[in-house]
Amino acid sequence: MRTVNFHIKRYDPARDAKGTSRVEAFEIPYETSLTVLEGLFHIQEHQDPSLSFRYCCRASICGSCAMYINGRYRLACQTNVLHLHTDEVHVDPLPHLPLVKDLVCDMDDFFAKYEYVQPWLQRSSQEPAKEILQSPADRHKLNMPIDCILCGACYSSCPSVWTEDNYLGPAALLKAYRFEVDSRDEARKERLPRWDNERGVYRCHTIANCIEACPKELSPTEGIQWLKMAAVRRRLFGRAK
Amino acid sequence: MPHHQLIVVGGGLAGLRAAVEAKASGLDVAVLSQVHPGRSHSSAAQGGINAALANHPDAHDDTPEKHAFDTVKGSDYLADQDTAIQMTKDAPGVIFEMDHWGCPFSRFDDGRIAQRPFGGAGYPRTCYGADKTGHYLLHTLVERAYERQVKMYIEVFVTSLIVDEGRCRGVVAYDMINGGFHAFTADAVVMATGGAGRIYGNSTNAIISTGAGAAMAYHAGVPAEDMEFIQFHPTGLLTTHILMSEACRGEGGYLVNGEGERFMARYAPKAMELAPRDITARSITTEIIEGRGINGEDYVHLDLRHLGAEKILERLPGIRDIAIHFEGVDPIEEPIPIRPVQHYTMGGIDTDVDGRTRLPGFYAAGECACVSVHGANRLGGNSLLETIVFGRRAGMAVVADLEGGSAGGGDVSAAGSAAVSAMEARVAELASRGADGADPYAIRAEMIATTRDYFGVFREESVMRTGLETLRRLKERCGGIGLRNAAGVFNLDLMRTLELEGMVDLALCVAEGALARTESRGSHSRTDFPARDDERWLVHTLAYYTPEGPRLEHAPVTLGTFEPQERKY
Repeated sequence: MRTVNFHIKRYDPARDAKGTSRVEAFEIPYETSLTVLEGLFHIQEHQDPSLSFRYCCRASICGSCAMYINGRYRLACQTNVLHLHTDEVHVDPLPHLPLVKDLVCDMDDFFAKYEYVQPWLQRSSQEPAKEILQSPADRHKLNMPIDCILCGACYSSCPSVWTEDNYLGPAALLKAYRFEVDSRDEARKERLPRWDNERGVYRCHTIANCIEACPKELSPTEGIQWLKMAAVRRRLFGRAK
Repeated sequence: MPHHQLIVVGGGLAGLRAAVEAKASGLDVAVLSQVHPGRSHSSAAQGGINAALANHPDAHDDTPEKHAFDTVKGSDYLADQDTAIQMTKDAPGVIFEMDHWGCPFSRFDDGRIAQRPFGGAGYPRTCYGADKTGHYLLHTLVERAYERQVKMYIEVFVTSLIVDEGRCRGVVAYDMINGGFHAFTADAVVMATGGAGRIYGNSTNAIISTGAGAAMAYHAGVPAEDMEFIQFHPTGLLTTHILMSEACRGEGGYLVNGEGERFMARYAPKAMELAPRDITARSITTEIIEGRGINGEDYVHLDLRHLGAEKILERLPGIRDIAIHFEGVDPIEEPIPIRPVQHYTMGGIDTDVDGRTRLPGFYAAGECACVSVHGANRLGGNSLLETIVFGRRAGMAVVADLEGGSAGGGDVSAAGSAAVSAMEARVAELASRGADGADPYAIRAEMIATTRDYFGVFREESVMRTGLETLRRLKERCGGIGLRNAAGVFNLDLMRTLELEGMVDLALCVAEGALARTESRGSHSRTDFPARDDERWLVHTLAYYTPEGPRLEHAPVTLGTFEPQERKY
């Protein structure tokens, strides 16, 4: 039977010094189809029960299983070994993030920055009895940012994040953009100071790693550039949005 | 020992909606979830959420009453009619509220929320955001939970209830990030952990949809209601069982057999592809059994090509991505190979219309609960609605009950410590057997194959008896399970071993309920009893936990508005 070799970066806080890791190899049977996530489960069930990784939907919508696989950011569930065109599969946790164990990263800072941009619709008007009307054209402006699954791949790939701990990063700024372009949102000045500064949009140097890393093919860079223009319009011309 | 007035277990739509509601009324609320709430299985819902908004040009005279009728008829008259009426009455309001909170619904040209046709519905009343409605609704509620400062314990794995003096006073949970078991005490607990799809080997559900919450309630003496009613979604992707939304057919997609024929004409000549899910799943299965699958194999085609690239990219972009990534098929160019697969647990924790259960202080909402609004067959678009309507109602009920002075009162730390000690003893026992004990993954593999093969779309006594014997043997083997890896953080072996016995217990409820029910109703289709039998079986099944297996009782269905009649589509 055909087999493939998984080379997995391991870290266990109970035995490894912080910042160190090991690579362990596992041989896995390959029948007709195998995703990287299925391979990880095979190892956990049959070879090493101590292997740790995140998972949930296995259908590329929950954002749990972003990893660094054969030199690229990918969702483990969405990555079929077939499409890697090799029998050697290298699986690392998201680089540049602190580790909890094995392939599980510490996402606390990531979500703290998400929360910091106040990612919720803000309104001051009296709500209508029915829906707030929104034209299809205005709704279309949301198409890109609302598909973010908060997997953290962009955040892990961004050199500005690596070099500045306080930088909000592409995912949080994409979320800020999502509300700024929503015709229903009425935050005028409330959210602006949170991203219109050195730890916000101006720390993006349009390296665009985030675009390449995103498993949903979104463009945080585009959102961040839009925010920069919006900030200029507001500061120089006093426009609301 | 952390204490909160309300603990919500599960951060999906139902749990978050309950938490947001109770928090707005000033309660101290905490959500415990084994994943970040934004990763909950609610995010995988695709097609939409039903409400009689009458926004669609063909639905100007739609009403909540008509929505209730479709729901009850779809349920094969097993839904409690008062709860179905309540749900459809609450529906427009909760949808508008989700819009006010920022949910990015798709829009009609006039700016109102767009609606599409769905199976078993008399009007196009399914509100949607492209084909990612669950993802959009869930993120909207996650955002609202952050805004309201709901306390979230993320990546804690709840293992049991703390019951003290006949009242639920909290839960015991494993801290995945820091390790160890802890008591989280409370004055009330809302269970919202989702369905039990993963007791089947061919489920659309997320891997964490193990039925854990329903199993904990069942073990604590709350009956599991109507567990034999398992929904098989007509269109699961062939190799991975990932959902291909009903929206594919709502937007006009065809089901085609190996002879190139739109076979639904034989089974539901009026509704065609938009017959309810039970009927459509049976029709596909019949085509496959009778040799009319594609190339005689066990699948048929879902054909979207005639919709054209523009419509597919606008309305069904997520479906296209999934088909390409997971099946290697671009629906713009080729038909999608599909077959019916487990999708939804109609049954669950027996609750009233406000989420209350027989255990004081303990509430449930969403797929883990059985209100019951879905009866023997849920309509597409009603599950997202159920989560928000009954999550909200459970939150309101907790507020009312605690204000009314029915709080637990006394100090619960001793009971909490005892519950933690009991869980630690359980883990020590499992670990003492280690690799010498029974292999939990072998038991899991056999269980999910048994439910899939013996309790599927069509059921028959002798087949089910064989399956039940297997499940009983597996239950016995659960007594000797060994835990190979007892220590450390993010311990998947620990969690997956601890959840297994509850899964087997729920599978036994499905099996016993299905064997006992000698009729065909909704999703429960017996080849040996093909007719519905209202005289004997217009009743709910209640399964009570005993160490020897489920003890079944029956309870009347609430009727009164819609007279049961034959279902024709």
